[in-house]
Amino acid sequence: MQDKLEVVQVSKVFTKSGSQVTALENISLEIPKGRFVTIIGPSGCGKSTLFNVIAGLVKPSSGCILEDGKDITGQKGHVGYMLQKDLLLPWRTTLKNITLGLEIRGYNAKQAAERALPLIRSYGLGGFEHRYPRELSGGMRQRAALLRTLLYDRDLLLLDEPFGALDAQTRLTMQGWLLQIWSDFHKTVLFVTHDIDESIYLSDVVYVLSGRPGRVKAVVTVDIERPRSQLAMTSSQFMKLKHELLTLLAEGEPQADAADGGVPVQGGVHA
Amino acid sequence: MTTRVAPGSDDALTSQVPGTGASSQVGAIADEEELAERRLRARTIAGRVLVGLLFIGCWELFSSARLIDPFYWSKPSSIVTTGWNVLWNGTLLTDIAFTSSATILGFILGILVGAAIGLSFWWSRLYAWVAEPYLVMLNALPKLGLAPILVVLLGIGFGSKVALAFALTVIVTTLSAYGGVRSVDRDLEGLLYSLGASRWQVFTKVVVPWSMPWIVNSFRINIALALAGAIVGEFIASRQGVGRMILYAGQVLDHNLVWVGVVVLGILAMVMYAAVAAIEKRLLKGFDTGTA
Repeated sequence: MQDKLEVVQVSKVFTKSGSQVTALENISLEIPKGRFVTIIGPSGCGKSTLFNVIAGLVKPSSGCILEDGKDITGQKGHVGYMLQKDLLLPWRTTLKNITLGLEIRGYNAKQAAERALPLIRSYGLGGFEHRYPRELSGGMRQRAALLRTLLYDRDLLLLDEPFGALDAQTRLTMQGWLLQIWSDFHKTVLFVTHDIDESIYLSDVVYVLSGRPGRVKAVVTVDIERPRSQLAMTSSQFMKLKHELLTLLAEGEPQADAADGGVPVQGGVHA
Repeated sequence: MTTRVAPGSDDALTSQVPGTGASSQVGAIADEEELAERRLRARTIAGRVLVGLLFIGCWELFSSARLIDPFYWSKPSSIVTTGWNVLWNGTLLTDIAFTSSATILGFILGILVGAAIGLSFWWSRLYAWVAEPYLVMLNALPKLGLAPILVVLLGIGFGSKVALAFALTVIVTTLSAYGGVRSVDRDLEGLLYSLGASRWQVFTKVVVPWSMPWIVNSFRINIALALAGAIVGEFIASRQGVGRMILYAGQVLDHNLVWVGVVVLGILAMVMYAAVAAIEKRLLKGFDTGTA
């Protein structure tokens, strides 16, 4: 089966005041169509750089990005993109924020609203269309940000720690909400998080990155059946995966700065 | 559902919510707090009026009792009579119109041109960095020093007053707008580019509205500067204007008339300041002025 997105041997080296910093080293990812794939890794593993490369905002030093087998390296506009910061424009109402992508593509306000309003109503923002971002709660702002990404109509969504700034309770609700949207719209999702529970609960596949320079340490398949309830998070299967991921992340953690030698890929995990 | 909560009124709204349960103790406390709040506001207004009256009263009294020399310090009653006289028998009205229109025109031109220059720095970092030291220099330079040249260049009429008001205000707005441009969230730009936006779209949809509060922040400083520019222009050479009236009155030692001019300028400054504050509020609709 053709992968929706392929990241092929991508490296990125930044030059900062004369010295070179390797942010990404030979990263390769394969993301099949319609799958939910998550990247976890310590901070500074270059996750955000990788996202910027995939979104075409940053050119890689080497390697390429393929969408449906076509080279899209350095091209913008192929993916829907969302960050931890909701990046809603404070002078626009919820509706106007959500339709931003449509507006850029040349839709007029009426057409854009016709497409956005049903989504707003069915995904928990009904009644807040004409409110400004500062009048919304953190969870609602993230909903608006995600709906904006969704309305941009790309098959591939890049979500960079979208729930990182939310409290635990809201985060749980939002995770369920995201899974609902994902299954309703058949999107392919690449998700970044620090939260191991979140990565297991949401994903089909988890890529574990090592810190500085970022490289793929392991690939873990999550074979918990869908649809998943929050109770899935207490199953023994879940605990086993959590244990595995924790072990992977803990490895090399204390001497992360001293030794940068490659960490062997673990058994029971296909790399 | 479509009504927006105006900025600043959130507190009032939340404090009313408990009050809806009329019988509850919380409601009673909230009512009491609101009452205290209202009392404070009434006292503030009373206090302000009292201070003003006290000031005018003392001035009148001290001057009449010759504790201060009325020849220099005049007194409120003489100022009012002189003012009344020039208002109906003199040129005060046309002078006010002359000065205020030069001020307003210079102010508007300064803001438009300043905002355009400041915003243009978003397009090229090279251009911005080359310009930066010159902007700082121009900002520090006392532009009133240019007044004699401007008057020679543009004549003693309306143009030179507008030009001075403009010269004093334009750099302030330029620097403000540039500050706004520099503070634009790079992630926000990235998001728009990822949505396929062109540079022009990023400029109009993000950079300009984002910088709006910065530009608007220069309004209050600028209205005072523009007035000062117009007055100095009139001091140098003019046939009209409140500044010219003050200069003339000073030369003929009519200190009452000088005081009339000062009071008129004070009122003019306050009116324009209030107008600018109202415009500011309109322009920043939708922004969280608390944080923006």
